[in-house]
Amino acid sequence: MSVSEVVQVSVEDLKNIVGEEHAREAKESDAVDGVTPSFVVEPGTVEEASAVMKLAHEKGLRVTPRGSGTKIGWGNPPSEVDLVVSTARLNKILEHAAGDLVARVEAGVKLEDLQKELSGANQMLALDPPEASATVGGIVAANASGPRRLRYGTVRDLLIGITVVLPNGTVAKAGGKVVKNVAGYDLGKLFTGSLGTLGLIVETTWRLHPVAAASRTVVVEVESPAAAGATVQSLMHSTLVPTMIEVNRPGSDGGGTVAVLIEGIGPGVMAQAVSALEITRHHGTPRVLEGREVETFWDDALKSPWDGDGVGLKVNALPAELPNVLELVSDAAGRNGVTSRVTGHAATGVTLVGLSGGDEEGQAATVQELRDIVGSGEGSVVVVQGSPELKRKVDAWGPVGDALTLMRRVKGRFDPGGLMNPGRFVGGI
Amino acid sequence: MSDRERLIERMKSIMGPKGVVSDHEQLRTYECDGLMNFRVRPTLVVLPETAEHVQRAVQVCHDEGIPFVARGSGTGLSGGALPHEQGVLIVLARMREILEVDIPNQRVVVEPGVINLKVTQEVAPEGYYFAPDPSSQLVCSIGGNVAENSGGAHCLKYGFTTNHVTALEVVLPNGEMVNLGSKSPDPPGYDLVGAFVGSEGTLGIATKITLRIVRQPETVQTLLAAFPSPDDAGGAVSDIIAAGTVPAAAEIMDSLAIEAAEAAVHPGYPDADAILIVELDGPAAEVEHQFDEVVRICEENNSTEIRIAEDDAQRALFWKGRKAAFAAVGRISPDYFVQDGVIPRTALPEVLRKIKQMSDQHGLRVANVFHAGDGNLHPLVLYNGNVEGEAERAEELAGEILVLCVELGGSITGEHGVGEEKKHYMPKMFSEDDLNTMQLLRCAFDPHALSNPEKVFPTPRLCGEVRPGPRRIHPVEKAGLAQVF
Ligand SMILES: Cc1cc2nc3c(=O)[nH]c(=O)nc-3n(C[C@H](O)[C@H](O)[C@H](O)COP(=O)(O)OP(=O)(O)OC[C@H]3O[C@@H](n4cnc5c(N)ncnc54)[C@H](O)[C@@H]3O)c2cc1C
Repeated sequence: MSVSEVVQVSVEDLKNIVGEEHAREAKESDAVDGVTPSFVVEPGTVEEASAVMKLAHEKGLRVTPRGSGTKIGWGNPPSEVDLVVSTARLNKILEHAAGDLVARVEAGVKLEDLQKELSGANQMLALDPPEASATVGGIVAANASGPRRLRYGTVRDLLIGITVVLPNGTVAKAGGKVVKNVAGYDLGKLFTGSLGTLGLIVETTWRLHPVAAASRTVVVEVESPAAAGATVQSLMHSTLVPTMIEVNRPGSDGGGTVAVLIEGIGPGVMAQAVSALEITRHHGTPRVLEGREVETFWDDALKSPWDGDGVGLKVNALPAELPNVLELVSDAAGRNGVTSRVTGHAATGVTLVGLSGGDEEGQAATVQELRDIVGSGEGSVVVVQGSPELKRKVDAWGPVGDALTLMRRVKGRFDPGGLMNPGRFVGGI
Repeated sequence: MSDRERLIERMKSIMGPKGVVSDHEQLRTYECDGLMNFRVRPTLVVLPETAEHVQRAVQVCHDEGIPFVARGSGTGLSGGALPHEQGVLIVLARMREILEVDIPNQRVVVEPGVINLKVTQEVAPEGYYFAPDPSSQLVCSIGGNVAENSGGAHCLKYGFTTNHVTALEVVLPNGEMVNLGSKSPDPPGYDLVGAFVGSEGTLGIATKITLRIVRQPETVQTLLAAFPSPDDAGGAVSDIIAAGTVPAAAEIMDSLAIEAAEAAVHPGYPDADAILIVELDGPAAEVEHQFDEVVRICEENNSTEIRIAEDDAQRALFWKGRKAAFAAVGRISPDYFVQDGVIPRTALPEVLRKIKQMSDQHGLRVANVFHAGDGNLHPLVLYNGNVEGEAERAEELAGEILVLCVELGGSITGEHGVGEEKKHYMPKMFSEDDLNTMQLLRCAFDPHALSNPEKVFPTPRLCGEVRPGPRRIHPVEKAGLAQVF
């Protein structure tokens, strides 16, 4: 919708709420997956956020919440956007109760800034999505995760309280400031991964973890997908407690590596590393990394398997399916004239696939082939990065099963006007 | 035929005559759960054997506008499974099959009536266990665990039920059956599994549950330390955690709780004003080192005696007194209320001091048992129901403790749920807007408020603008107890 069509609202109305400097007309660079909004507004307080949402609600403006914008291309392109509500100024760390291992932060706080603050007390929020500049609100909305999820879980396991602004401006909270709490519905989980379709997240409270004192890395060279799978299984069913088990397969054929990060205290990690060597040597060639090669290795291993303009897929399957997923990806890519590169949080069943080369036709066909097989079982294939053309050919999320009707009802209750990020989520929500 | 008789016939046609309990005396068995001061006899009880039975029973309730309440083993401590007097109680105890064990993917799929401990027993030979371990695990059902988001002594490190459920088959209050979540990670769409777990039976009935199982640790080490005061014991826990160790469990009992446990199960605890049980688990080299540190920290915090479990038998003895603590209190007091408040762990000394003051003011004894690692307190307020006015005073004191927890930034319930018992305390923790927002979720699942109505939320609300479906006057509305929301 262009500026002139949003007749009832002017940038002045927004400025009246947030102040002169914090509302403006949108630019090309504010586009959400190719759809350009009319205005961008940056509320500085929860009250301002509520007033903005209320105005948008009254005037029927379609709203896209935005954190750092690192995942603004997630999901399907929105059908329309009038207003981008940025959480950039909701950037206060409200409380770090180090003794309780809890932190309460506004949604616009960047994860890297939070980690810096927490590291002073030798603590961390155990989330490590690839984009360090992502905001915590954006991480919740996108349910972003990284390799540490093996040991610490994902947002749903760490978020203990949330405050949201509903599409009509109502400010509501759920959960609390304590790790153990079963009073009321867990709306934090409902908002996790909801991609801004239910409301604006303004505040989050987290369970923290201590930063480990020592670490060791074991890398196993494996010759085939089957060997990678066997290596991962042997580790999963051992008594080791690794922080990460990451698989890397740079090309479409041959092997790759399975890398294990063990964290804990000095004597403990060495003993675990030795066990890891013992356990995995039947399936590949393991060794313990030393000195500087540790950092170099992980820098490389944790790089996203797709480039800035490539296609990124997240394949969610059962961990024992790893060899099949690896074969399937290279076969499907090969058949459709594209090249694949794979990394993954192997022991959790999450595989990340970068596709390059070929055309949208081939990319779409690859996604479809993966979905036909992975999706027909227990898994899913999500396009996390792709051109609008690709997303016109394949839905970003794929099928979600028989719960879609219920999801639509939930959406209908929280956002009866359909104003929040219309069209970006599953099933056209 | 009366409406009730017709309902009985319909239910019998679904699950056979043995699946329906309608005799007045037999219904009495089901009139309360583990919280025995609330009692209501349901219209009738049904005992489905399959998910399809559940679905058809719910369908009947939906068509007739009859409320229903799910019940697992009935061990809940907040009146969650308290029947509705005009409603059907759907008891899931006959659905006890473990449907699938998938070790390579660390998953188990069960029916809702499966007993918690059965899951662990099933996978133990493969080196696995189901982490949530409520003290009631010998009898409580997985369906009940899901509804209450139950925890246990080990949930500080391993999380609650919600962290161990990946998928659910649910019969919605309108009789539809849906599959939420998936066996594999991160299914796209809203996390409705996360929303359902802990919803206390108000969003429908879980008929199939996919659980995550966890590898048994290489080593477990347990110690029991005696302290001159609960403050000292609490200080030790804080120091252990500040040192970067997340214990598998950290439990404190005060002198009254120790006395009760001693009288009931004779664990042979040291004579002390507080005892702390700390359990560490994980890779051997790591646990050994950390365990030495825990011993040192206990000593620094004035521990007068430290016992280290030499084997599983001794470990079991340490735990025996703790796990029996609630029931044991019956040995030293005719009646008691169990509370379940949570505080930020660092507020422990302050809370204990204030509870002591309140207890003196009311002239009632309070025994304290708590999951110290996560600040979950179970104050047991002791009273004698035969003494006029004592029950009321005890209830008042128990309520004041909850309010105190909320004031300190905590919660009114850490694991027992709100249910019938604590719904009037919800406004202490949540604003009207918060509660109305939770209601939106309720309305999406259960627009006619048929599934365990009148629980959890202080004032029953019905949902406006109901989508196509039967619109009947709800019994709650008829009785003038609620307005359309
Ligand atoms: C001695 C004792 C010790 C306890 N210790 C602990 C403890 O350490 N930690 C802890 O968390 N709890 C504890 N509890 C409380 C209780 O055991 C748990 O809440 C347990 O999960 C309840 O399971 P149940 O099968 O008995 O459920 P019920 O009491 O039958 O039901 C509980 C709730 O779940 C609902 N429900 C049951 N089945 C389903 C289903 N299939 N679908 C949807 N809703 C359903 C019911 O409607 C009700 O609201 C203890 C209780 C006792 C008596």
